[in-house]
Amino acid sequence: MSDKDPKEPSRRDFIFLATGAFAAAGVVGVAWPLVHQMNPDATALALSKIEVDISQLDRGQAITVKWRGKPVFIRRRTDEEIQMASRVDVNSLPDKNARNYNLSSDSSATDENRSLDESKEWLVMVGVCTHLGCVPKGQSLGDTKGDFGGWYCPCHGSHYDTAGRIRKGPAAKNLDIPMAEFINQNVIRIG
Amino acid sequence: MSKESTYIPKSGLSKWFDQRLPLQRMMHDNINAFPTPRNLNYWYTFGGILTFCLVTQIVTGIVLAMHYTADANLAFASVEHIMRNVNYGWLIRYIHAVGASMFFLAVYVHIFRGLYYGSYKAPREVLWILGVVIYLLMVITAFMGYVLPWGQMSFWGATVITNLFSVIPVVGTTITEWLWGGFAVDNATLKRFFSLHYLMPFMIFGVVILHIWSLHVTGNNNPVGVSVKEKQDTVPFAPYYTVKDAFSLVCFLILFAWFIFFNPNILGHTDNYIMADPLVTPAHIVPEWYLLPFYAILRAIPSKLGGVLVMGGAIAILFILPWLDTSKVRSATFRPLYKQFYWIFLVNCIALGYLGSQNPEGLFLVASRICTAYYFIHFLLVLPILGLVEKPKPIPESITKAVLEKIEIKNIKERRAEA
Repeated sequence: MSDKDPKEPSRRDFIFLATGAFAAAGVVGVAWPLVHQMNPDATALALSKIEVDISQLDRGQAITVKWRGKPVFIRRRTDEEIQMASRVDVNSLPDKNARNYNLSSDSSATDENRSLDESKEWLVMVGVCTHLGCVPKGQSLGDTKGDFGGWYCPCHGSHYDTAGRIRKGPAAKNLDIPMAEFINQNVIRIG
Repeated sequence: MSKESTYIPKSGLSKWFDQRLPLQRMMHDNINAFPTPRNLNYWYTFGGILTFCLVTQIVTGIVLAMHYTADANLAFASVEHIMRNVNYGWLIRYIHAVGASMFFLAVYVHIFRGLYYGSYKAPREVLWILGVVIYLLMVITAFMGYVLPWGQMSFWGATVITNLFSVIPVVGTTITEWLWGGFAVDNATLKRFFSLHYLMPFMIFGVVILHIWSLHVTGNNNPVGVSVKEKQDTVPFAPYYTVKDAFSLVCFLILFAWFIFFNPNILGHTDNYIMADPLVTPAHIVPEWYLLPFYAILRAIPSKLGGVLVMGGAIAILFILPWLDTSKVRSATFRPLYKQFYWIFLVNCIALGYLGSQNPEGLFLVASRICTAYYFIHFLLVLPILGLVEKPKPIPESITKAVLEKIEIKNIKERRAEA
């Protein structure tokens, strides 16, 4: 060993680097399954589509259904509610994005882009406050509907208008609109 | 631990053992003979009380886990099973539930004692930081434990808190769904929380050992805030402080027992006796009392990301407290201005707790904004400036001198009264 140049890599250097590299790759390889096991599993992913019968719903009524463990609000709006939502200038809204998964992600938050059908009667939204995930009040007749006649989240005081758009309070986004469509005149498919 | 050992093995067996594993030596040096300032008051007994609380939670928790079922369909019923069918189940569960509150009560006294006597100052910065780590772990453990009964407050508390992570830009939703194991708080969430709730007390136990180790390197602070200088400033931990701690613990247990036997649910929320319903949020979601100040801070900020950051900052700021306080004087006894600001800060924290329990509207919202602002002003402006402008009172030369002076004054007063 003494006749070797000390600057030359030795067998010890090789073993050190090879073992180190092997260990690092091993840690990553083992860590990923341990992290990924916490992600939604196959049964959670399987519950992605539901069909809802809305034939019993009159104007001014609303129902709540469960989709992917979350409440979905379906509301058949009155003319007054539609007008209140249509009158608003989009530029004055805190969140100008439609948040509608049926449309492109840059659609503006007009009432047309928020409602499901051409008459703008139907509104289908995930009923989860975009602040910290409470279910806003406003589905039942006796509920407080907030300053804008739509929904009000009692947890931290977010007010949503009749198109489910955030108007006041700590939430930053409009209520999400999930993938949804009429598969016939009585049934809406969500997901 | 850095001091020289005074342990002398008494029996042959002790000597044989000492040469192989000096466990008795460690216990002797760190408990029996550990030199402790002679002037510690009852506020210094809460470290011992906290150790007791941790052990109580672990013992009752292990027992509860023998009867509890971590499953979204069965959890709520299994808690009722513990309350009604398991022998002494009601007692064990109430000890555990009330115990969490008592644990926090004791830790708040312990923290505010540290703030009053400047126990976070050099050379005890690491000791203090380890304490903040323990507190943080306690908060996480308590939060996860509160989810396990799977009542309405459990479910919605879990929803609100896990949603805090959704504010992280870009990956927020991915992280939240990873935490949930689904698209909402559900069975998968409950099971992982149970697993982690069982793990974390042992992590706390580990950090507590580091906390005590660090304490035994620097030694106790004391009400005068003057460092130990000579042997007569101290007394051995046993029997002086073992007895003092034990007496204090007994008084603490009277309060503990009162809650368990006379008012076990007063600190909880009635909505948690309704099984979790993902479609209905209770009208009024509030965390347990010990987290209310942070909840008030969260809701005081009119922006989602801002609220989360400021609330996190309220705990994070405690980590750098030793460097924010510019005063070299430890004890508030000799800091006339700090003493006043200390009490204002304490009242401000209690006010935040009250505001956290109220709806975030009108005057309550205004008040929580003022109190939140003041919380940070205390740390970021008051503490750094006070150290520069305040003129401290004369500081005693040593602990012993301070103690003797106190006795002297007392004697003079008595003599005057007699005359």
